[in-house]
Amino acid sequence: MFRVSSVDLEVTAELENLSNSRAGALVTFEGWVRNHHEGRDVLHLEYQAYEALCLSEAEILRAEVLSKHDIIDLACVHRVGHCPIGTKAVWVGVTAEHRGAAFDACEHYMDALKVRFPIWKKESYVDGDSEWVRCEACAEHEHTHGHH
Amino acid sequence: MKLRIQYFANLRDKSGKEEEVLETPTSCPLELYRELQKSYGFELNADQLGVAINDRFANWEQSFEENDLVTFIPPVGGG
Repeated sequence: MFRVSSVDLEVTAELENLSNSRAGALVTFEGWVRNHHEGRDVLHLEYQAYEALCLSEAEILRAEVLSKHDIIDLACVHRVGHCPIGTKAVWVGVTAEHRGAAFDACEHYMDALKVRFPIWKKESYVDGDSEWVRCEACAEHEHTHGHH
Repeated sequence: MKLRIQYFANLRDKSGKEEEVLETPTSCPLELYRELQKSYGFELNADQLGVAINDRFANWEQSFEENDLVTFIPPVGGG
């Protein structure tokens, strides 16, 4: 289950849906909007998402993560719109019988979300500049690739 | 051919539009993007983008059909 939210992240419904008497672990990850990036002072972020394509990509990713890790279920909510410093940008919750698989699945999901979901992040800086920031893994890959 | 085109991120900033309907002689995303790049001065080249048609990832040579929704996908950065 995946959705985007244009208001502060509220995950009560996700937690209720994840609730399962077989689960011995719930691992959650929250991505927060921080006040700096690569040495620059960040004022706030803006996210845009291509929602329809995110939903179909999220279904594909959920199936991949469920088949690879011994988990029960997972859910994710991603913010869109204007995000002040300190607010939640993304939330992922994973339930499993045991915590190891839930931690691994949570990391797998977040790593893939960053490179695959059509979501864009614009950083506005204290100095008045702003920039659409690509995911670090994608930039790193291109950098490495370019030198081979 | 009439197409609906959706813009995100850098492309939305540069075009000043979230979406538009265009009558175009182009027949595939690659041709269309080159047209739009000329009109709006997009700095990103096609090889830096992905493309989706009707909410599905597509390839750059896929033929359009009337009223397709075409979306160019700049480098992503969620999370």
